[in-house]
Amino acid sequence: MSITIDRIKKSFGKFQALNDVSLDIPEGKLTALLGPSGSGKTTLLRIIAGLESSDSGRVLFGGDDVSNLHVRDRNIGFVFQHYALFKHLTVAQNIAFGLESLPRRSRPSKQEINERVAKLLEMIQLPQLADRYPAQLSGGQKQRVALARALATKPRILLLDEPFGALDAKVRKDLRRWLRALHDEFHFTSIFVTHDQEEALELSDQVVVMSQGQVEQVNSPTGLYARPESRFVFDFLGHVNVLSGVVKGQSLVQGNARVALPGVVNNQEAQLYLRPHEVQLAKAPVAHARLPLRIEAISLIGSEVRIELAPEGWESNEIWEVGMSHGEFACHNPTRGELWYAIPAVGHLFAGDSAQPETVDWHSTAHASAANM
Amino acid sequence: MSAEQHRVGDQPWVRRSLIGLAVSLTVILLVIPVVVIFTEALSAGWSTFSDNILDEYSLHAIGLTLLVALLTVPLNLVFGTALAWAVTRFRFPGRKLLITLIDIPFAVSPVVAGLLYLLLYGRNGWLGGWLSSHDVQLMFAWPGIVMVTVFVTCPFVARELIPLMQQQGSEEEEAGVVLGASGWRIFSKITLPNIKWALIYGVVLTNARAVGEFGAVSVVSGNVRGQTNTLPLHVELLYQDYNVAGAFAAASLLAAIAILTLIAKAIVEWRQSRIEHPAPKTGGA
Ligand SMILES: Nc1ncnc2c1ncn2[C@@H]1O[C@H](COP(=O)(O)OP(=O)(O)OP(=O)(O)O)[C@@H](O)[C@H]1O
Ligand SMILES: [Mg+2]
Repeated sequence: MSITIDRIKKSFGKFQALNDVSLDIPEGKLTALLGPSGSGKTTLLRIIAGLESSDSGRVLFGGDDVSNLHVRDRNIGFVFQHYALFKHLTVAQNIAFGLESLPRRSRPSKQEINERVAKLLEMIQLPQLADRYPAQLSGGQKQRVALARALATKPRILLLDEPFGALDAKVRKDLRRWLRALHDEFHFTSIFVTHDQEEALELSDQVVVMSQGQVEQVNSPTGLYARPESRFVFDFLGHVNVLSGVVKGQSLVQGNARVALPGVVNNQEAQLYLRPHEVQLAKAPVAHARLPLRIEAISLIGSEVRIELAPEGWESNEIWEVGMSHGEFACHNPTRGELWYAIPAVGHLFAGDSAQPETVDWHSTAHASAANM
Repeated sequence: MSAEQHRVGDQPWVRRSLIGLAVSLTVILLVIPVVVIFTEALSAGWSTFSDNILDEYSLHAIGLTLLVALLTVPLNLVFGTALAWAVTRFRFPGRKLLITLIDIPFAVSPVVAGLLYLLLYGRNGWLGGWLSSHDVQLMFAWPGIVMVTVFVTCPFVARELIPLMQQQGSEEEEAGVVLGASGWRIFSKITLPNIKWALIYGVVLTNARAVGEFGAVSVVSGNVRGQTNTLPLHVELLYQDYNVAGAFAAASLLAAIAILTLIAKAIVEWRQSRIEHPAPKTGGA
C-alpha cells in the first residue's frame, strides 16, 4: 500500500517540528527517513502511524485519507526504538497479542493463532525462547521479537523507528540483512527511521533526507550519493572534503591551494565539495589543481585504505579523506608525515549563495596526472 | 577481600554499630509498643478480652470501620488510577496544577478537613441546608465518615502510581494500540500488570489509613456509641471511660489489622516476584 503525506505541519508549543512535509512512499518499497537528531523523523513516523496528530495536512494510505482513522484501525506494524515489548507477557504471548486483539469475527481460532506464532518464531529463529519473558532476552533477540509481533497481523505497512539503534555493529549488520530478506519476501511497504547514513544507503530503495522539520531531498541511495542537491545533504551523507575560497582568474584560491574552474564568475566566494573517491593522490601538483596536504593517519581496515590528510599552507574546517585500493597503496606506499597533492577528478561547486551545486569535471586531465604518480 | 575492607563505611565497627542502632530503634519505636498493646489487651485474661471485643458497641464499631474501609478502598482505587492515568498519559492545561492538588489531603490537617466537610455539608452548611430539606443527612452519620475518609486517603493510590507510570512511559500502551487492542484490553493486559505492585501498595496504605483515621472522622462522626463510632474513636471513648483493658482490646484489633495487611502485602510481593522472575530456561541465543 503506498503512502502519501500531504503538507503535514506539526508544532509542539512554539516549536515547529514538521514544516509542510509532503512525500510519496511507493508501494512495496523500503524507504529510509534519514536526518540528524531532532529533525522530526520520529514525529513524522508517529503521525503516519496515527500515534500523533498533525496540526494540518493529510496522510493517505493507497489513496484513502486516513487522517481521521484511529491508530487501532490503521492496521500497521510499528517497531519502537526501545522495542516496547510487553514485559509481563512471554515471547509467544507478545507475538500473539495483535492476533488476539482482532475483533471476534476476524480473529483466528486459538489453534490457528498458536500455529501462526510458531511459524513467526521459526522465522525469527527463536522457537526455543517462546516461553521466556522479555527481560530474559538479549537486545538483538528483543528486536526480532518486536518485528515478529509487528508482522503477526500481516500489516501492509511496517514502520520502524531506529530499529537497530541500540545494537552493536555485528548484530546490526545481521539484522539489516535479515530485514531486507524479510522485506523482499513479504513486500510490505516500509519506512524506517535512522540517523545512520550507511544503514540508510545500504538497506533502502529510497532515502528521504530530513532537516529541521523539512524534507531536503528524496532519491535512491545511489542517486542521493552521486547528486546531493544541497550543502546539507552533502555534509550529511558520507565524508566530504571541502575547499572554500574565492574565485580569481578562473580558479578557486585559498592560501596556496588552487583549483581551476573554467567558466566560473570571478570575485565571488565559493566552496568546492569533493567525495573521498573523487580525489586521487599524487606526488606533484597538476595543471588544474594544486592542493598540498600532509598525511596525518592511515587506516588499513576495510576493503579500502582510508588516508586522512591535513591542508598544508591553506585551511579546511575538517580533515580531508582520500580512499585508495590496497593494491594502489602497496604500489605507492604513502607514509605518515609525507606531503602529497590531491588531484580532483569530479567536484561539486557551490558558488556564491546558490543552494544547488554545479558539477565540475576535470576527468580527462585527471587521468593523465594519475599516471604520473 | 583486603581491598574491600578499605571501602568507606565498611569497617566492622561501623557496620556493627549501624546495624545495632537500626535494630534497637526498630525495637524501641515499633516492636515494644505493638507487644505492649497485645499484653495489655490480654492482661486480664482471655475471657475479659473476648467480652470486650464481643461487646455490642465494640462489634458495631468493628462493623462500621470495615464498612468505611470497604467503601473507601475501591473508590480511591478507581479514582487514583484514573487520576494517575490522566496526568501521565495526556497533556492538558492545568495538568501540573492537578498533580499539586492531589497532595492537598496530605498537606491539610485531617481535623481541618473534617471541619471543612462539616462547614459544607453540615445542617447549617452551604449544601447541608438544601440536603436536610431533602431529608439527607451526611454529617454525624456513616456517609460523612466515609466522605472524609475518602478525602484523607485519596492521594495514596495516585501518589504511588504517578511516578511509576511517568517513568514507564506509554510506549507499551502505544505498542498495544497499534496492534489493534481495545482500551480495556490495553489496560488489563499491559498497564495493570505493570502497575500492580504500586497499586497493591497504594491499596494497603489506603486501607491502613482508612481503618485508623481518627482526626477527620472524630469531627464529623458525632461519636454516638453504637451508631457513628469507628474503632479508633471507640478506643478513645473506652479510654476516657477508664476502661483500659477494653481500650487496649479494641486497639489490639487495629494493630492486628495492621499486621495482617503487612503479611498480605509480603505474600503478594513474594508470589509476584515468582511469577515475574521464573528461573530462566535453558535455550540457545
Ligand atoms: N512530545 C513532544 N513535546 C515537545 N517537543 C517535542 C515532542 N516530540 C518531539 N518534540 C520536538 O520535536 C523535534 C523533533 O523531534 P523528533 O523526535 O521527531 O526528532 P528525531 O528526528 O526523531 O530525532 P532523533 O534522531 O533524536 O530521534 C525535536 O526538537 C523535539 O524536541
Ligand atoms: Mg527519533
